[in-house]
Amino acid sequence: MTSLVIIEHDNKNITNNTKATISAAKKLNLEIWAIVIGFKCSSVIEEVKKYRDIKKIFYVDNELHENHFAESHADQIYQFLEQNSNIEAVLMSTSSLGKETIPRIAALKDVSQVSDVTNILNGFKFERPIYAGNLTSLISSTEHIKFLTIRPTKFSNKVISDGEVITESITCVDSHYKKKLVSREFTKNDRPDLSSAKVVISGGRGLGSAENYLNILEPLAKKMNAALGASRAAVDAGFAPNDYQIGQTGKIVAPEIYFAVGLSGSVQHLAGMKDSKVIVAINKDPDAPIFEVASYGLVADLFDVIPELTSKL
Amino acid sequence: MKILVPIKRVVDYNVVVRPTSDKKNVDTENVKMSINPFDEIALEEAIRIREIEKADEIVVVTCGEAKCQDILKTALAMGADRALLINTKNNLMPISVAKILQKIFEKEGANLIIMGKQAIDDDCNQTGQMLAALLKIPQATFASKVEFTSIDKEVEVTREVDGGIEKIKLELPALITADLRLNEPRYITLPNIMKAKKKNIEQISVDDLNISISSKLEILEINEPQAREKGIQIANVDELLSHLKDKSEAL
Repeated sequence: MTSLVIIEHDNKNITNNTKATISAAKKLNLEIWAIVIGFKCSSVIEEVKKYRDIKKIFYVDNELHENHFAESHADQIYQFLEQNSNIEAVLMSTSSLGKETIPRIAALKDVSQVSDVTNILNGFKFERPIYAGNLTSLISSTEHIKFLTIRPTKFSNKVISDGEVITESITCVDSHYKKKLVSREFTKNDRPDLSSAKVVISGGRGLGSAENYLNILEPLAKKMNAALGASRAAVDAGFAPNDYQIGQTGKIVAPEIYFAVGLSGSVQHLAGMKDSKVIVAINKDPDAPIFEVASYGLVADLFDVIPELTSKL
Repeated sequence: MKILVPIKRVVDYNVVVRPTSDKKNVDTENVKMSINPFDEIALEEAIRIREIEKADEIVVVTCGEAKCQDILKTALAMGADRALLINTKNNLMPISVAKILQKIFEKEGANLIIMGKQAIDDDCNQTGQMLAALLKIPQATFASKVEFTSIDKEVEVTREVDGGIEKIKLELPALITADLRLNEPRYITLPNIMKAKKKNIEQISVDDLNISISSKLEILEINEPQAREKGIQIANVDELLSHLKDKSEAL
């Protein structure tokens, strides 16, 4: 029997999340197939062809899939499942597209989904966080197909690239919805990607302004080759772009070192970073909840401490 | 135009939850319950759409036992026109809720669904997308802005996605799921609470909808995650640097 990993990409490069999803699929002990859906995405197919753990790649390269809409992806994969009854599991990462797409396919198959899987015990037992990660739920599923979204920080994003996987083109499913892309504005920055950075420096409301956020945190981030993150309060106040937000409803990160700077550490924020190996908290308020999860807590004014730290590194 | 707003009754976001002693469930005895915050944002957005006269009726719906009437009353006090309770004692999975809502959407002849992107109890983030798939309609998940264009039945939605912001245009019927920054829900006034108390809640039994709501997922155990190792308080930057040096050699 077989599992199907949906490859996530921008028609050029594969996301790191996808690599973690492949590691998760390995834990199911099924043969792994991959599906690539996109437009002018041959570089993606070439990359996946090298992945040793994948047995076969199916791809559809069509203009219809240029913008990676969940609706057409779901219809495409639904038809593929109808034609391939050997598939027992369908996996995608807990990314924006994964969250959008997997429930649509599961609904078309009338099957329950398991979201944001953090541990795979075997082919039918899965662990996932509930209540913003304050509790963990162990679930068993007897569905004939397991639909899983995978929390990427919980699985390795290393893939072995010495394979030569066979590929097969599949027919594009004609799927039309009254939905049009107007624009996509991606935040430009030359910092490492939040989801894969070894060091993350996160700022909160204590920074006081967008100027301070940048002037104080960026020099430190540069020195440490760190990604920048933010609390919800800092994003709401306009200090940082929305895709910097870390927490229950934002990004989930688990770097080697996490700096929490001038942020109090709400339950929702902790949900997004408490798996970090080392947490450094810097806050003026000794009662801030962030200190309860911090490996190293420094009660001090961030405007003194961060420049000093930056200069001494 | 009619907007359907599905809502869920969840443990209030301020409450610290614990597993029950048999670990099969979450202890909700004597715990404050509220409308799922994302659903409250969805309802607020629906009310604002009616206020600019792009909609003329807002119907809220929830699935559960009689006690769920409290959140429907709150929704009526906020500004919903009608409230439906789908009576069931079952603990429903998102796929079952989506099938129920599909029936209600068709029965009501609604044009737009706005609902929270996820419930803060099970954090599934599934129901909206499942419902849109069953209805074969386009979806705009994680919405941070909803605007009606000059074209009839066209709505432009700004979405918060990995890496930035996406804008899409949808033609109704469509489904929108609300993210945190879509709006700030209004406070409910006392006169509106009094008025809502007198309003009728329509009741529908789930058995009358002729759908299968059995679940093939079973919760085996609910646990508290392992606590982090207790950290230490440090006095200054030099101390922090020496700790980090030790750690980074180990890492």
